[in-house]
Amino acid sequence: MIWRFGLFDSTFTPLATTHWALLTVLCLPLLMGLLAALFPPKRAWPVLLASAPIVAAGLMLLFAFNDAGLLRWQWAVADIQLSLRLNGLSVLLLLTTQWIGVAAALYTPGYLRLSDPGPMARWLWPLMGTLISALSLMWLATDLLTLYVALELMGLAAVGMLLLSGKAAALKAGMRYLLLALVGSLTYLLGVALILGHWGRLDLQGLAEIIEPGPVAWFAAALVGAGLALKAALFPLHAWLSPVHENAWTPVSALHAGLVIKASLFMLVLLWSILLPDAFYAPRVIAWLGMLAIVWGGLLAWRTDSLKTLVASSTVAQLGYLMVIFPLLLGADVAPLPRALAWEGFWLQLMGHAFAKAAMFMAAGNLILATGESTLKGLAGTSRRLPLSLLVFGIASITLMGLPPSAGFTAKWLLFEAMIITQQWWAVAALLVGTLLTAAYIFRMFRYSFDESAPRQRYQPLAPGMDLIALTLALAAFALGLFAHYPLGLMHGGGV
Amino acid sequence: MTAEWLPITALAIALLVTGIIFVLPEESHRLRTTINLLAAVTNIVLVTLMVRRVAAGYEDIFSFQVVGGVDFVLRTDALGVMFAGLSSLLWLCTTIYAIGYLEGSANRKRFFGFFSLCVASTIGIALADNLFTFLIFYEMLTLSTYPLVVHRGTEQALNAGRIYLRYTLTAGVVLLLGAVLLYSLTGDQSFSSEAGLGDYLNDNRGLLTLIFALLVGGFAVKAAMVPLHGWLPRAMVAPAPVSALLHAVAVVKAGAFGILRVVYDLYGIELSVELGVITALAVAASITIIYGSLRAIAQEELKPRLAFSTISQVSYVILGIGLFGPFGTIGALAHLLHQGLMKVTLFFCAGNYAEELGIHRIDEMDGAGKRMPLTSIAFTIGALGMIGLPPFAGFITKWYLGIGAIQAEMYWVVAVLVISSTLNAMYFLPIVHRLWFRLGPSHGKGSWPDEQRLGRFETHGWLLLPMVFTALVSLAAGLLAGLPFSPLDWATRVANGEYLL
Repeated sequence: MIWRFGLFDSTFTPLATTHWALLTVLCLPLLMGLLAALFPPKRAWPVLLASAPIVAAGLMLLFAFNDAGLLRWQWAVADIQLSLRLNGLSVLLLLTTQWIGVAAALYTPGYLRLSDPGPMARWLWPLMGTLISALSLMWLATDLLTLYVALELMGLAAVGMLLLSGKAAALKAGMRYLLLALVGSLTYLLGVALILGHWGRLDLQGLAEIIEPGPVAWFAAALVGAGLALKAALFPLHAWLSPVHENAWTPVSALHAGLVIKASLFMLVLLWSILLPDAFYAPRVIAWLGMLAIVWGGLLAWRTDSLKTLVASSTVAQLGYLMVIFPLLLGADVAPLPRALAWEGFWLQLMGHAFAKAAMFMAAGNLILATGESTLKGLAGTSRRLPLSLLVFGIASITLMGLPPSAGFTAKWLLFEAMIITQQWWAVAALLVGTLLTAAYIFRMFRYSFDESAPRQRYQPLAPGMDLIALTLALAAFALGLFAHYPLGLMHGGGV
Repeated sequence: MTAEWLPITALAIALLVTGIIFVLPEESHRLRTTINLLAAVTNIVLVTLMVRRVAAGYEDIFSFQVVGGVDFVLRTDALGVMFAGLSSLLWLCTTIYAIGYLEGSANRKRFFGFFSLCVASTIGIALADNLFTFLIFYEMLTLSTYPLVVHRGTEQALNAGRIYLRYTLTAGVVLLLGAVLLYSLTGDQSFSSEAGLGDYLNDNRGLLTLIFALLVGGFAVKAAMVPLHGWLPRAMVAPAPVSALLHAVAVVKAGAFGILRVVYDLYGIELSVELGVITALAVAASITIIYGSLRAIAQEELKPRLAFSTISQVSYVILGIGLFGPFGTIGALAHLLHQGLMKVTLFFCAGNYAEELGIHRIDEMDGAGKRMPLTSIAFTIGALGMIGLPPFAGFITKWYLGIGAIQAEMYWVVAVLVISSTLNAMYFLPIVHRLWFRLGPSHGKGSWPDEQRLGRFETHGWLLLPMVFTALVSLAAGLLAGLPFSPLDWATRVANGEYLL
């Protein structure tokens, strides 16, 4: 299992250029963010200019990985060995992070110009940069300490971004989120302390070799798991999610739902595959909670009157899909074929959802910004006057419903195959029910938008490109589904 | 010479037009119309090319890998090209009609965008070479027709849309389950593979039957087989060109076509007979035929009557499959085309009566033949064809179905055919009688519900032209059935392929 995360020694010494690319990927987002705080960009093109080297460095790493396979960098600081590694999964998650990050950054100038955000807005940029840097570090980290640093940086940056809007409700939700994030980190840290105390090391590769199943490993896994589940808003620890998104700025929501939540889930899978290899009960508990999450999240989204809450609750349900796969990813006695299928389906679903959810939040943000209404009823007549925003919302929702030709569909197909081979009929049923529930709340929203009897309102025109950025993200989720062979091929350790 | 670009280009053009329409502003009607018609004509040319190549024995394949073990494949085979031909021909007709029909109304950009997407989906469905590819376009069809059904945005339309989605999305889930079960049993099966699934029969008889039930049950929702037909009469609130497209080629036919693919190309007819599922299909189709006709008689409005007539008529295709013989197959395939042409004509006529004279109810149609002769002649051609009078197209279908039933020694099917023809006559002839032989407003008796003078002719030229064209084509399909490339000829060719006569 652990080899899938690229935690093994590489015989290949990285080229000098990849060192530079690595440095760029990790530090440049932060630096550009600081620069933008000093000179806040008013238009999208300076942002595009600033993101170009970051994306280029990411692509360079992709090509380097394609040529050489696993990349590994090692430094000795004092007598501690620090190392970072880049495998197929890291490349995919890194590129996902960068592209969604760039899309959110490009979206921001237009959004800030139209939404009259107040004086604190300039601080959004360094926080956004920190967030991207922290996430990039997380995909590459190979020890618990680096992972903790990345997690903490990410969490604080996320809280900071949420607090920026300065409204009372946002402050309240943000402080609650801060508290929960801190509790989550603290629980995680306790787990790490337990591991360090018992086994005396923090590097994942070494830990994977010496950890044996037993009470200590179980307890550590429970602590780490609880902390990360809280941060990832896994059911039933999801209650903080909707209020946070309700009050956040749109690009912040897009980044948070698309990436931040996924990062905690990534760490959860990574650490549990080390602490609980071939466990029986723990993954099943997660899976059962996942089934509840699918239903509960779907019902929440179906009942709500607020567009943003709908999108946020849908995240809870979509995370349920990922939770249901846990027994296949981590459980004992899973044959290689279904495990490989589940592994591919898991990450494809995660990435597809990241793109689609970011697109959806942007589309929802556009609708709210243009109509000035944040309720579903306020959408009446938008299909006539804001067709593009609504179309983007629709395209993104196809991925969430898991209908073809989206990443959600291809992922679901892979997961179904894995579940049918292992005869997990409950999981199959959960996914099918989830599909219908998703369709129910999505089309409930569309029903309002097609209402032609609404009085004509004045709409605020959107900045050019705001819809197009969201459209690109939504279509990326389609491309990911149709051409899934290439990204999934990367995860097998090489190119196609 | 290979031409793997051919299937993908036909699909890409329809998709590209969708994109262009969505990008163009709402007001640029002229440009949108030009592009739309240009694309529709190009597609007809492309499909003609495909037909010629298939007739010459070539099959063009376009494919790429989606994930391990699952490919996206488009292939031009005789059956697929037949359906693609119908959809590209009717795309042009319904587009012309829709341009006239929606003139001056709102949301035309949205309408034509999703209309093209809908046609792109049917072309994809026609050319898909495996179940995965088929499902992609099948679901795309579901989603692209929803905005068309709710186009008017009224409470009634929104409710119809909700019910439509309830039926079709649930069916989609069932289909997905069946498809994945099949893939995990047999792997990626091309529709073109000769082998069928016979190898799996001994060990997995129950599973194969279950998968068959899931797949056919899923497709039967769109094919509106009783008791899964509930969405169709309600979807009548959609504008007339949408109803025409939905009933003639897009949604209802896509379901029937899916069943054709499953029985002939996926399972193979021998295996389907061996499993004993075919007879069940024939019985279900017969029930649908009779039930649909009975309900049609009870309708007092024109469009609902046509809707129930569709439910009944489409099941002839399924019935033809159920006769498991070459004649039944020929009848089924020919009816796929015949019914499309006749039904689209009838819906065009219904739309014309509603637009020009405000007629919705059947008892308002007295004497309309004098006021709108061309429309009424077209309606008569369609209605007589549906009843199955010689020499109209519907007769050929019923003739072949009858022969097939006798050959298969399923004499009760002949009874079903006779009863249903009688019922067809019972709900179509009174309308024809009213049109021509009763005195109405055009004879100075009473007045039309809502008369408009839409054009120099009996109604708007754009509304008239496609209707006359489809009426003539459906007439020709019956009269000239013996000529090469007639629906019957092509259906025989496909059936020869399936039964290796």
